[in-house]
Amino acid sequence: MNIRAQSYGSIAFVERNFALVKRYIGWEAVFLSYNVVNALAIGLIGTRMGKEMVLYLVIGAMVWGFLSILFHEISESIAWERWEGTIEYTFMAPISRFTHLIGNCFWAVLYGVIRSSLILAIVVLFFGISIKTANLPGLFVILIVSGLSFVGLGLVAAVLPLLSTEKGAYATHILEAGLLLISGVYYEIDVLPFWIRPLSYLSPATYTLRAMRAALLDGAGFHELLPTILLLLVTGLLLIPVGMFVFRSAEYYAKKKGKLKRSG
Amino acid sequence: MDAVKCEGLAKAFGKNSRKVTALNRIDFKVERNEIFGVVGPNGSGKSTLIRILSTLLIPDSGSASIFGYDVVREYSKVRRLINRVSVDAAFFKGISAWDNLRYAARLYGLNKREAKDRSLEILNALGFAEKRFYEPLEDLSRGMQQKVAIARAFFTAPMLLLLDEPTTGLDPRSKMDVQNYVRQAMSGNGNDLTIILTTHDMKEAEILCDRVAVIIDGRFIEMGSPSQLLVQYDKPHLEDVFLELTGREWKEVEDEY
Repeated sequence: MNIRAQSYGSIAFVERNFALVKRYIGWEAVFLSYNVVNALAIGLIGTRMGKEMVLYLVIGAMVWGFLSILFHEISESIAWERWEGTIEYTFMAPISRFTHLIGNCFWAVLYGVIRSSLILAIVVLFFGISIKTANLPGLFVILIVSGLSFVGLGLVAAVLPLLSTEKGAYATHILEAGLLLISGVYYEIDVLPFWIRPLSYLSPATYTLRAMRAALLDGAGFHELLPTILLLLVTGLLLIPVGMFVFRSAEYYAKKKGKLKRSG
Repeated sequence: MDAVKCEGLAKAFGKNSRKVTALNRIDFKVERNEIFGVVGPNGSGKSTLIRILSTLLIPDSGSASIFGYDVVREYSKVRRLINRVSVDAAFFKGISAWDNLRYAARLYGLNKREAKDRSLEILNALGFAEKRFYEPLEDLSRGMQQKVAIARAFFTAPMLLLLDEPTTGLDPRSKMDVQNYVRQAMSGNGNDLTIILTTHDMKEAEILCDRVAVIIDGRFIEMGSPSQLLVQYDKPHLEDVFLELTGREWKEVEDEY
């Protein structure tokens, strides 16, 4: 199939997910409200320590929300397809697995950035914080570039529901929470027990949180953010092929063992 | 060239004492533009065969090819030639028939207008009211959902269509609509279509299929055209042929599974 047809294939996932969001718009509003309230509650903890601390904590809530959306859209979409029984139809369609997964990932990053932006805007209005000195374009570049690394990890996590729908979904949530714990979601990583710290340096979320805080709190310019942008970009470009390879290997195993059938 | 060729195809699930043989070294060929029926009770290996031909399952041994392409090694070429209807209409049930069909159309490289026109044409022929096209599938009956599944399979114009119990659980009217549409599609001018149809319904196999294979415990125990089998066993119906072959009533075997 040619490139045009493959790009049509990628659009299929964006359109399908948009249709699902429209259909379950009530639940979308519930989850957004939950994320906003969560960010506000965490922000309120920092009010006595100044507005900088509020933003510091809110960045953690934002990245947590962003990562949750990415993992949900990439990994749990596989679980959902197994529950609905559509996975066999998606897998037997004449598109490459790359096209399939890139379509899903593109939607996940797009949707995650929109949701995170909304949360930030609401928090800023709620606390009346000035972000005039913040480097907002830099903040969003970091968010998008970090999305590449998270996509790679999400693809690896997507293997779990592919092999075992229910247990895989549990494991995905544990993986996501563990990643944030080691990455300094609401704190600096030096408060972590020493034996966890080496893992923090391996997590792309650690660098994402640091760079987003620098862009929002210190107004760090692109030249200051550039090393982190490059680091996240390279990490993403390494992790995505790894994620694809792991996913394709798991697909082969699932086809060998007959695990693509409807589950649930 | 044969539309489908299987040689020594075998598949088992589980290990040791829990091992279940789903397909036990089956051999068969399907000619181009033929409707080939596979009849057997639940658990006899019909869906395993369909899944292997759909490139969703890798056989343990033997080979299967579709229009000369091996289903394991050349799966991407095979996928361009096939489509499938399964016994359960697998869709995103919260969104409409059109949303689901548009999704499938994109995957098969069809543009929106082409997809809409073709699917409405098929659904009209199946007696599906157009106004239900935009309603969530969860609000439609099982029969209507299965008609959407039929449209999804036919509108990509596959050369090989794998119909895995497409009428199981449908009301008599919907069943007839589907059977009529299959006949109409096969007789349409310029259609280059081959069908493998698995079914529980011996009458359906008798009226639709050019040839029928009877599968029990993963083995083809008989194969031939319905009329040939009826003459060979001197029986009025395929159900009686089944009784002759296995010494058991068709209904009895069905209830067992």
